[in-house]
Amino acid sequence: MPYGLTAEILARSQFAFTVSFHIIFPAFSIGLASFLAVLNAQWLRTGDETYRLLFDYWKKIFAVAFGMGVVSGIVMSYQFGTNWSVFSDKTGPVLGPLMAYEILSAFFLEAGFLGIMLFGREKVGNGLHMFATAVVAVGTLMSATWILSVNSWMHTPAGYSINEVGQFVPEDWWAIVFNPSFPYRLVHMTLAAYLTTAFVVAGVAGWHFLRGTAGAPTRRMFSMALWMAVIVTPMQIVAGDFHGLNTLEHQPAKIMAMEGHYDSHPEGAPLILFGIPNSEEKRIDYAVQIPKLSSLILKHDLNAPLDGLDTIPEADQPPVAIVFWSFRVMIAIGFAMLGIGLWGLVQRVRGKLFHDRWLHRAAFVMGPMGFVAVLAGWITTEVGRQPFTVYGMLRTSDSLAPIAAPAVAASLIAFIVVYFFVFGAGTYYILRMMAKVPGTVRLGLNDGPIRTAGTTPVQQTPNRTNPAE
Amino acid sequence: MEIDYAFIWAGIIAFAVLTYVVLDGFDLGVGILFPSGRSESDRDLMMNSIAPIWDGNETWLVLGGGGLFAVFPLAYAVIMPALYMPITLMLLALVFRGVAFEYRWRTQRWKRVWDMAFFGGSTLAAFMQGIALGALVQGIEVENRAYAGGWWDWFTPFSVLTGIAVVVGYALLGATWLNMKLEGEVQAHMRRYARVLAIATLALIGVVSLLTPFLDIVYFQRWFALPGLAFSLVMPLLLALTTWKLFTGLRDHHDITPFLSALSLFGISFVGIGVSFYPHIVPPELTIWQAAAPESSLKFALVGAVILVPLILAYTAYSYWVFRGKIDPDAGYH
Repeated sequence: MPYGLTAEILARSQFAFTVSFHIIFPAFSIGLASFLAVLNAQWLRTGDETYRLLFDYWKKIFAVAFGMGVVSGIVMSYQFGTNWSVFSDKTGPVLGPLMAYEILSAFFLEAGFLGIMLFGREKVGNGLHMFATAVVAVGTLMSATWILSVNSWMHTPAGYSINEVGQFVPEDWWAIVFNPSFPYRLVHMTLAAYLTTAFVVAGVAGWHFLRGTAGAPTRRMFSMALWMAVIVTPMQIVAGDFHGLNTLEHQPAKIMAMEGHYDSHPEGAPLILFGIPNSEEKRIDYAVQIPKLSSLILKHDLNAPLDGLDTIPEADQPPVAIVFWSFRVMIAIGFAMLGIGLWGLVQRVRGKLFHDRWLHRAAFVMGPMGFVAVLAGWITTEVGRQPFTVYGMLRTSDSLAPIAAPAVAASLIAFIVVYFFVFGAGTYYILRMMAKVPGTVRLGLNDGPIRTAGTTPVQQTPNRTNPAE
Repeated sequence: MEIDYAFIWAGIIAFAVLTYVVLDGFDLGVGILFPSGRSESDRDLMMNSIAPIWDGNETWLVLGGGGLFAVFPLAYAVIMPALYMPITLMLLALVFRGVAFEYRWRTQRWKRVWDMAFFGGSTLAAFMQGIALGALVQGIEVENRAYAGGWWDWFTPFSVLTGIAVVVGYALLGATWLNMKLEGEVQAHMRRYARVLAIATLALIGVVSLLTPFLDIVYFQRWFALPGLAFSLVMPLLLALTTWKLFTGLRDHHDITPFLSALSLFGISFVGIGVSFYPHIVPPELTIWQAAAPESSLKFALVGAVILVPLILAYTAYSYWVFRGKIDPDAGYH
């Protein structure tokens, strides 16, 4: 293969590409499933039709996003084997059962009750429908719990021994599941999913405010979303800080790359705000930095010594530039979210939440930023784990399946073409639904009673009971 | 007595794969038959008959893959690279047909495109699953805990034949499912399809069964030694009974019998494959014990399976119960 495109680079690109596409959908559907459960519960409790309109609106959007999550997820469950077979053979005894638990306790739960949540209200009644909706929300959270345990184990392996054929063998399941980075990663990702969804909701509301099409449902969802923003963003910043301290303890090289610390700082390390990592010269060019602040953040002491990448063997260092940048993107978005949350709070107190056009513009622009932050965060943690798949234990280059580069190149191209086509179309349909206001009868084009030339499409009229039984 | 966890797990994985085959089999079958819907509304009905349940069905495929990774990691690590192309194509095909369920209701201009995606994706996924089965029956070369064959080893006349057999068989499942779920003209239409597809499926089962012993003499021996022998004696009887039920059910316009008979046909064939394979999981190299994860993994995962699989079956059955009966043309799901 030309341009140094080895089978390893291609396989890594394919995994990075497919998992990045995939994570977008769960990040959205975890938050949205909980949002839907709250909306439905509020409707049942108060009888306020605004909640019901919002539920029906976001339900349609959820269905499309969830479908994309399912199909892109099936791909992931096979890709460990097709492209990372040595990794699978070695880690299967430890990670496989956790994934089996995810499938058994979460995937089936979601799939089993999703049909009832989406299509079954008239068939099972409001009580069971509420139950199904709540179960779907719980299922998304269970799924996140197991898969984050798996992922965290790859960062901070624990509770295992190694057998004669080189497999990781479970010794202590408690230690495996609750490995050192798992609680931090779970909280950080769950909050990220909630924030991402909150900002999508706020962004859609912002759009309708700007267009002058906002009614009661738009105001309601904008208000709910900005409550989430102002409450959850500070929690997320604190959780992120704890996660960072945990990483410093277990994966110091990742923190060095994030901070851009090529050199050790025995008397307090500076916080580099911006700069350009220069991997040749092993320094940050044009660095804008605040002296000793990094030591204060990471060690809570201005003069605490911090090691740099010069203490890590070259072969064990993660790529600095990617990690350095993706980390800063995530942080910047996090603080922008905090800003919107506080701004919203101030305007709410002043009674101007629904009238501040600049706030609506800002919310609209911030709508997709949660996804960017989630991707940037995952890039930071995953690239920061390199050159290992199981940190310190199994190298990425030793994890690869024996697949020749041309075969991987062909599949990579196929995935790129298909994903952009399929998920591009799905995103377009979602955006088109979002462009309509809640309460639109024909939100998904074909869900209202229409009779186009010569065809009699199957329709569902709202609130209609089904005489089929 | 020592409990043989690997054996128990081989049974559970086999059960998951069979459940996948029959459940997603009929909904992929609906996709394969999709172009035979004579009008827009026929196709709407066909798709709506599976809209609430398809992703539950597909979850069994995830369990098949994920379960293999968990309890037979070596088999997973060998089979996936060996079947790199068919698996990748199957996954891409499933992407297309899976999104079609939502997308085709979201657009007028592109509805045709997603109809095609639904048909093409379903057919390609079924074909690749058949190819994967054929390739596995032919045997996979293993050296040093890794696949040692070439990139096109899976592509042979035999695997193409099994690919076609699976497409036809799934279409039969789909036709009998639609016979059960629909009414009137469409139903009669599907019943006619089911008859033709049943004949074709039986013929293909016959040809594949006759060819299998020629691939490896071991398969032949297993059928004529205990415990396989017991099955070889019962199988023709079961097959005859199922076939009779299927055809009389279609003749007498029964709603449910043909579908159950088609499911049994798959069940019997599946057990037949099991007889040929046992005790291998990756013929001809790896037995279930060689491929199994350490006992601590098998035990830990078994606790979950014993508790959760019956629960899953219960609520899956409930979900089918909620959406039971004929599809009402005036009250679709979208």
